Amino acid sequence: MPAAIEIDNVSKHFRLYHEKYTSLKERVIHFNRIPYEEFWALKNISFDVNWGETVGLVGHNGSGKSTLLKCIAAILQPTSGEIRVRGRVAAMLELGAGFHPELSGRENIYLNAALLGVAKKDVDLRFDDIVSFSELGPFIDNQVRYYSSGMYTRLGFAVAVNVDPDVLLVDEVLAVGDENFQRKCFDKVEEFQREGRTIVFVSHSPDVVRRVCDRAYVLDHGVIVGEGTAPEAISILREFQAKGSGLASMIATMQDDAGSNESDALPTLQTGSPAEERVMVGQISVAFPATPAAGHLSPGDPLTIRVSYNATKPISGVLVGIQIFDQKGDIVFGTDSDFMGLEPLDVGTEGELEFSFPTVPVTDGLFSVAIGFTSAKDQHIYDWQNQDLAFKVISNGKSGGYLKLDPRLIQNGEAVPFKD
Amino acid sequence: MEKTSSFPDKDAVRSRIEDLPIRVVSPKIGVFTRLQNIWVFRELLVSMVRKELRIKYKNSVLGFMWSLLNPALYLVIYYIVFQKILKNNMPLFAIFLLCGLLVWNFFSNALSSATTTVVNNAGIVKKVAFPREILALASVGAALIFFLLQACVLILALMVFQVVPAFGYLWLVPFALLALVFFASALAIALSAINVYLRDTQHLMELVLLAWFWGTPIVYPFQEIGVRLAQKHLIFLYFLNPVTVIVLTFQRALYAKMSYLDTSGKVTLLLPTYSPEWFVIQLLIVICVSAVLFIGALMLFGRLEGNFAEEL
Repeated sequence: MPAAIEIDNVSKHFRLYHEKYTSLKERVIHFNRIPYEEFWALKNISFDVNWGETVGLVGHNGSGKSTLLKCIAAILQPTSGEIRVRGRVAAMLELGAGFHPELSGRENIYLNAALLGVAKKDVDLRFDDIVSFSELGPFIDNQVRYYSSGMYTRLGFAVAVNVDPDVLLVDEVLAVGDENFQRKCFDKVEEFQREGRTIVFVSHSPDVVRRVCDRAYVLDHGVIVGEGTAPEAISILREFQAKGSGLASMIATMQDDAGSNESDALPTLQTGSPAEERVMVGQISVAFPATPAAGHLSPGDPLTIRVSYNATKPISGVLVGIQIFDQKGDIVFGTDSDFMGLEPLDVGTEGELEFSFPTVPVTDGLFSVAIGFTSAKDQHIYDWQNQDLAFKVISNGKSGGYLKLDPRLIQNGEAVPFKD
Repeated sequence: MEKTSSFPDKDAVRSRIEDLPIRVVSPKIGVFTRLQNIWVFRELLVSMVRKELRIKYKNSVLGFMWSLLNPALYLVIYYIVFQKILKNNMPLFAIFLLCGLLVWNFFSNALSSATTTVVNNAGIVKKVAFPREILALASVGAALIFFLLQACVLILALMVFQVVPAFGYLWLVPFALLALVFFASALAIALSAINVYLRDTQHLMELVLLAWFWGTPIVYPFQEIGVRLAQKHLIFLYFLNPVTVIVLTFQRALYAKMSYLDTSGKVTLLLPTYSPEWFVIQLLIVICVSAVLFIGALMLFGRLEGNFAEEL
């Protein structure tokens, strides 16, 4: 069966101008001397997306994932290479792009569908579906400029998913809207998956990628640095995130570790580790010492994170690292035993470690935990694993914001007394 | 949730795949493919034209009446200025003027709105994939609708003043209109792309259009200049401007007065006495030139389009 999307050696080259000269005078004055930097947003990207597959593109800001999606969508032209897409493509880069504020919802549905290449008679057939999906009801004949942002988004999504696309390209849009709308979006995406449509998904959110994608590619500085199932790809991404440096050096390290014999192999967690010496992360678990039965944490409560491990043989000079992520995948906290000023560990073939936090000063949220082992002498990563949604913090409603802080209040040099 | 899919099951999808059109995204897309893409999106063109029309007079009380009032007021003003103040003795000068002005209004509206259209529609150009030439063509389309509305004013004026058109030339009018639309489309596509990179284009166009207007026999009769150029065998210069031929066709067919006798007994020439065959040949030349320009414009557009999303 032919692939839905074939990406063949695609590169995209941008010129970053330090000054933007768009007037004739400036162009003449600075002709051929406009200072710019060459910048490769994508370099020799090749992969296929099979029919009915949901593929994620993950990476940091500026990794090129959105540029690649725009190229697949034919909004940008690659500088070289070719992309072949089969069937009707609906790109959701921004919901409601192309809505005209002066026109009514009804007129905008037709205009937007025409922009996506759908015939008017097909829109007629689906019109009621679109309106009911958007939940706009009688407001459909109002001018779009009077819509709330939620209404706007719902209508945009309703049009995009109801144009019967064979290939759906989604860029972060599911991150908007209220919970109810998000659930609807995911239901729709799952419906598309059941129907065997092809989806390419760009997202920052590891949770979304894990939930939706069959496979994912990790991009960094315009090159693919890893691929695998969604959890594998997220591990690779996190690993690079933890390193916080350019991936090129990372690949080099990994290839050195692997004996430089697989120059074209993509890095995965395993290739880098010499088989004879390895520490594996086992079970990651959490406990709430203050409220053991509650199953969640109150702001400022203590927290214990335990990890079991096993090693291929007793190893000395091992560092253990930990990261805590919020729902958006941002690192809330991260450290390792070296940063903590501790001696490198000696590990036996199995054992358990415990991170004990006297207080977790966050207000609320769902948090994921990642724990890994590296070698103290060369920073070589033995293993690195995630525990998603490891713990939940529920606000007690006594403060707002993100952090739980404990200020004291002093009035004219004297502490204000507590209520009894 | 309602089932909105037309796909019954996976096997049906499988059997369909081979037949699906393949969209190729690459820096090398030929003119023919571009034309095909425009054709596939022809309904978008209609929607865009409709949008332009709706928006132009949205929230105005008179709405479409404005596009009828515009030529009507021109008629009145030019009648007063030329016939009452400047004592131009040309018979039915207002009708003569309107014939050329209609053509010019179309041409100038189409080009000035097409020049800025890609920039003004940056929002969708950056976010939605569709043949962007449609934007420029929609400007031409909207101008064409206004032209047709204004043509109603002209027809009304012809009836009021009981002007008898030259029936032997009347069939040339649609032909001239076709040439005009074709020529305007070619320029519109090129200008819309150039303006993305050189924003001066839109300001420059205002001046160019002003000069072009006076270089075309709209306010003054063709022979005023034509006679002098003909003496020096330079008449071809006048026809380097394709709009001249088109305006002449409209004037010849609808106004149809070649010359007039002054009160002092002096004959003033107005329009050339070319035969219908001459007009056909000239219009064919314009159409051929426009075709070449159109292909050229598509090629230029294709080269420039690749970076629209970044430049905007």
